[in-house]
Amino acid sequence: MMEIGLNHYLVLSTILFAIGLVGVMRRKNLLLLFFATEILLNAVNVAFAAISHYYGDLTGQMFAFFVIAIAASEVAVGLGLLIVWYKRHGSIDLDALTTMKG
Amino acid sequence: MFEAIAFYLFAFLTIAMFFITVTTSQALYALTALAAGMIFISAFFFILGADFLGAVQIIVYTGAVMALYAFGMMFFDTTREVKEKQGNKYIIVGLSTLAAVLVVVIFAAPMVSENIVALYPAIDGVGNTQEVGLVLFTKYLIPFEVAAVMLLVAMVAGIVLAGKKMDLSITLMNDVEIEEEKNKKVLS
Repeated sequence: MMEIGLNHYLVLSTILFAIGLVGVMRRKNLLLLFFATEILLNAVNVAFAAISHYYGDLTGQMFAFFVIAIAASEVAVGLGLLIVWYKRHGSIDLDALTTMKG
Repeated sequence: MFEAIAFYLFAFLTIAMFFITVTTSQALYALTALAAGMIFISAFFFILGADFLGAVQIIVYTGAVMALYAFGMMFFDTTREVKEKQGNKYIIVGLSTLAAVLVVVIFAAPMVSENIVALYPAIDGVGNTQEVGLVLFTKYLIPFEVAAVMLLVAMVAGIVLAGKKMDLSITLMNDVEIEEEKNKKVLS
């Protein structure tokens, strides 16, 4: 087996990011769109931690912490908005949001 | 050797879990697969020597975020099947182009950045948690405080948004009362 280098982690991060993008593109349910967003954020976190390790620099880990904080607040606000929308319209599908279509 | 085995094992598991998350038609399966994927992601942080980040990943994502999602799902009708968008050719083309560009950039980036030097080099003889504390409370103190304020704002927003009409319980009302509430909402 060969040594695990920075490129291995970056390729893994790309694959996870692509999976998240596919999720964002093909999901209609807003809750599952949020799940795909979490996947995107996590893929970036893996890349940050790997770069931080291979360059011996701690800045990458710091950014990963702030990304985690942003993800947590995004979930809190997003779920609150989703609950309000669901109470009002009875559906969290993306199609129900296109009320300005004219 | 063990690092390679662990990397490939967890890479496979993470990709499989996230793939299930974006393809399954059941919201509950998506939730559990996402939680498992988060735990497997933290394994990469432990392999990379970022112990504190791995612990934070487990606590925040699988502890707080997943619990919040599970709690939020109780509000929604998640037992029915999730409808999907019909496949669009342009989206597939765009996605594959974007992924290909990403791969090229990833292989080109280390060549371009040969001369990068560590701005905050890791200190010898100190554990990862202590290093993180040293950097976080000196150089990144102000972003840290701003992140704390942002989390406070998010908490207040979550309570204000989700806490409306919490005194009403649909399960305890009969059908006539529910209809009355609906009419009131439409009128107001």
